[in-house]
Amino acid sequence: MRLKAYWANQGCIVQEPFDCEVGAGTMCPETFLRVLGPEPYNVAYVQPSRRPTDGRYGENPNRLYKHMQLQVILKPAPADVVELYLRSLEEIGIDLSKHDCKLEEDNWESPTLGAWGVGWQVMLDGLEVTQFTYFQQCGGLDLEVVPAELTYGLERLAAFIQDVESIYEIRWNDRWTYGDVRLADEEQYSTYNFEEADVEFIWSEFRLHEAECKRLLKRFREVRDPVERRRYPILAAFDQTLKCSHLFNTLQARGAISVTERAQVIQRVRNLAVAVANAWVAQRTADRSAS
Amino acid sequence: MSEFLLEVGTEEVPARLLDGAAADLGRLFGKAVDGMGLTDIGDVTVESTPRRLTLVARGLPARQQDRCQTLRGPARRIAFDGEGNPTRAALGFARKAGVTVPDLEVGEDGRLCVTRTIVGRSVRDLLAESLPGVVLGVRFPRSMYWTGKGGPRFIRPIRWLVALLDGEVVPFEIAGVRSGNTTWGHRRLGSGHLAVSGEGDYRRALRDNGVLLSGEDRSERILSGARALLPPGMLLRDNPRLLRTLVNETECPTAVLGNFDERYLDLPEEVLETVMLVHQKYFAVQDGEGAMANCFVAVANAASDNGGVIRRGHERVLRARFNDAQFFWEFDQRSSLAERVDDLEDVTFQATLGSYREKTDRNLEVVEGLVESLRVDDATAAAARRATLLAKTDLTTEMVGEFPELQGRVGGLYAAVQGESREVADAIYDHYLPLGASGPVPRSQAGRIVSLADKLATVGGMFRAGLMPTGSKDPLALRRAAYGVARIVMETGAEVSLDRLVDLAAAGDNSSRLRGFLLDRFRHWLRDSRGFAADVVEAVLAAPDQVPVDISARAKALASVRHTDDFEALAVSFKRIRNILEHARFSTTAEPPSVHPDLLESGAETELHGALQPVAAAVGELNSRREYGKSLPAIASLRPSLDRYFDQVLVMVDDEAVRNNRLAFLAGMLQALSTIADFARLVPDPRR
Repeated sequence: MRLKAYWANQGCIVQEPFDCEVGAGTMCPETFLRVLGPEPYNVAYVQPSRRPTDGRYGENPNRLYKHMQLQVILKPAPADVVELYLRSLEEIGIDLSKHDCKLEEDNWESPTLGAWGVGWQVMLDGLEVTQFTYFQQCGGLDLEVVPAELTYGLERLAAFIQDVESIYEIRWNDRWTYGDVRLADEEQYSTYNFEEADVEFIWSEFRLHEAECKRLLKRFREVRDPVERRRYPILAAFDQTLKCSHLFNTLQARGAISVTERAQVIQRVRNLAVAVANAWVAQRTADRSAS
Repeated sequence: MSEFLLEVGTEEVPARLLDGAAADLGRLFGKAVDGMGLTDIGDVTVESTPRRLTLVARGLPARQQDRCQTLRGPARRIAFDGEGNPTRAALGFARKAGVTVPDLEVGEDGRLCVTRTIVGRSVRDLLAESLPGVVLGVRFPRSMYWTGKGGPRFIRPIRWLVALLDGEVVPFEIAGVRSGNTTWGHRRLGSGHLAVSGEGDYRRALRDNGVLLSGEDRSERILSGARALLPPGMLLRDNPRLLRTLVNETECPTAVLGNFDERYLDLPEEVLETVMLVHQKYFAVQDGEGAMANCFVAVANAASDNGGVIRRGHERVLRARFNDAQFFWEFDQRSSLAERVDDLEDVTFQATLGSYREKTDRNLEVVEGLVESLRVDDATAAAARRATLLAKTDLTTEMVGEFPELQGRVGGLYAAVQGESREVADAIYDHYLPLGASGPVPRSQAGRIVSLADKLATVGGMFRAGLMPTGSKDPLALRRAAYGVARIVMETGAEVSLDRLVDLAAAGDNSSRLRGFLLDRFRHWLRDSRGFAADVVEAVLAAPDQVPVDISARAKALASVRHTDDFEALAVSFKRIRNILEHARFSTTAEPPSVHPDLLESGAETELHGALQPVAAAVGELNSRREYGKSLPAIASLRPSLDRYFDQVLVMVDDEAVRNNRLAFLAGMLQALSTIADFARLVPDPRR
């Protein structure tokens, strides 16, 4: 909450979580699509991130199927962005003059999104608390304006601040712990992703969403009327891409994708992401030149 | 003496690239100053921290020297009329040169000329012009832009620039940042906007604001800090690379001693070290006997750790990491390596070459070939087979999933606890060795066979699939694998021919390319690892019989005699023979026609013919025992006869029969004596 208020004070739009399953805050349209094109955009939002392969049945104190990220996009990145970030940590009660804070090289790449950037993992007394990235490419496109992306791992930060050993021991409030609130999710989704998910069903869903995404994008190429073009649902096509991405992750956790297949499926999702990014840019460019 | 201070203030530069960036900056600055035409280019030093590259140049002159320039104009008789008045030609020339007619002189060639002094430009101006190029010229493997598409590129954003020549700002701009006289201290221990007047002041300002500019000072602070903290009898496990990383990751390093629960010492040291060194960048600690202790040294980018907040933080992270490792270890024991062999079907080795299960089968085939060629005993062969079968199974373990750098070693450790024999466990453990140009090769013969088979099958498979490395691109690290083959074969004296290695690798249509590729690795090994001169290497590699260990022995023998007088002269004669044969289009490789003794001319020719027979026989005999140290002097003993031959005998005579007989004789001699090396390829020492 205080982090959100801090970034609101720095001129960010505070958004609510995006309502599709995503593996990372980066995949939300508020990041993936907004970083494209020349328009400035500052936004902060908490995003539950689901990573089926990271599930550990609630047995591992540091790893979760679903964890919370605070995602901040500053586009363009201001010159004092690192300082702004460090002050956000002080804002939530971490006195950095008493801690060991290092920015260690960590370049980020997402093959499924056709995106990459350079940056650091921010290490606080040896614990990675934030991923800091200057985006360079997204959806296979060189970015016109370079945004800074800050991704805070909220569970880790909370455990750090509360000085507890396990994520499940984090006090959600005076009465309930993180474990009280979320342990059942972790147990059940681990079971689903690793054991129960119906492979055929998920494959068929994957194919349906992929087809719908392609259909929408194909139609967009045929639309000529400017008003119709502006209203055309590229965002809905992107939802389909995200569905595919999550289903792919589920299939992977389920052990249903051989490594040979893996590269091909990644390529399929990436093709969708790249096509959506291009369509989005085309739509916005037309819109800008019209206005 | 003048003093120039340049500081490129950046966001945190990756530790692994900092030293290279600093060196590159110094080199580019030197090159720029070199190009300014100064009398003295001064003395340049470069230092760095994660947030700055700092260059100091002392003794630069203030300006370029003045230069004289002479402009030539029209001939005097055209420039002045009969009365000595300037013509339009003279006026035009004077105007162009920017002088008046009385300033015009007449040169020795009778043409008008003007001598002008070009005033040297100030170094300050020259620096202002060249510095943006110098800074942005620093090369990085993966640079970024930050001001927008098409903007300048650097490793991380440049945020400030200090450029002072004798206290005065040298003005320039990079990516919207103007040079000035203000620097920044440590992010949390100092302040920003620190105005400085020169180097001394700058160093003071940094020191007062939590920055140790000198890497040596930071290194010393880490080591002495650690020494002061360690309990008596305990030592840091020396690790220069880790030290360098930490020096390059901190502006104010402080050693912090932490502890961990003794029970984690039950995990293998390989795992503990990987967690501490690679993942957490902590120094491991050992006692006087070298046994690992349950403590570690972290290096914080902070002034101190009063109250132990930093220590407790690092201890907690390490505990969680060790917990994970222990979890992985226990979890992995639920199925043995042997039970994992079929799981390898789901692990892709390479798209066109299939899974690691298939890879394992290929490796096993190569093992059989090696067992046969190397005539190894049954026990070793059995261990090599078993180890090869299990070698890749650790790729399916959680431990290797988490710590990929431990592949192979984890397999070896698991094999040992799962009741595989010591031989098998060690062979698995070592099978990725050697990792590079230095570092050990597998300890046992079984381990070497497993490693050779793995590498040969990889390289051969890739070549067969047409995935040869090109130029600097070698994403599958085939050069390293092939170099590993060369090292194992050469350094352990494996008696296997190059052709056999190529056969076993089974590169299909690309076998001859693979042969050249492997030969290249042997060439590198001979030159770089053993230091043989390039011409010696080429000479031995040009000889027909290529059993790698034998190549090495021949190179050694040849290197020791090549600079003797007799041998140098002999090399010249061999070159001459080769030239004569090539000129006559006479094959140097085909079986030469037999020599008719009755066509030999008595004298030098019969003498050489007579001398050759016993030498050739002795050389053949010595070579079969690989006593090249003896056979080479035997060859050298032919020198007087050879010299006389070329003094007195003309090979290319008109009589065709005699000519062909002589060519046949020379070709035969060349072949008989070139089995050790092609001596014609030796380059005479110019100093002799």
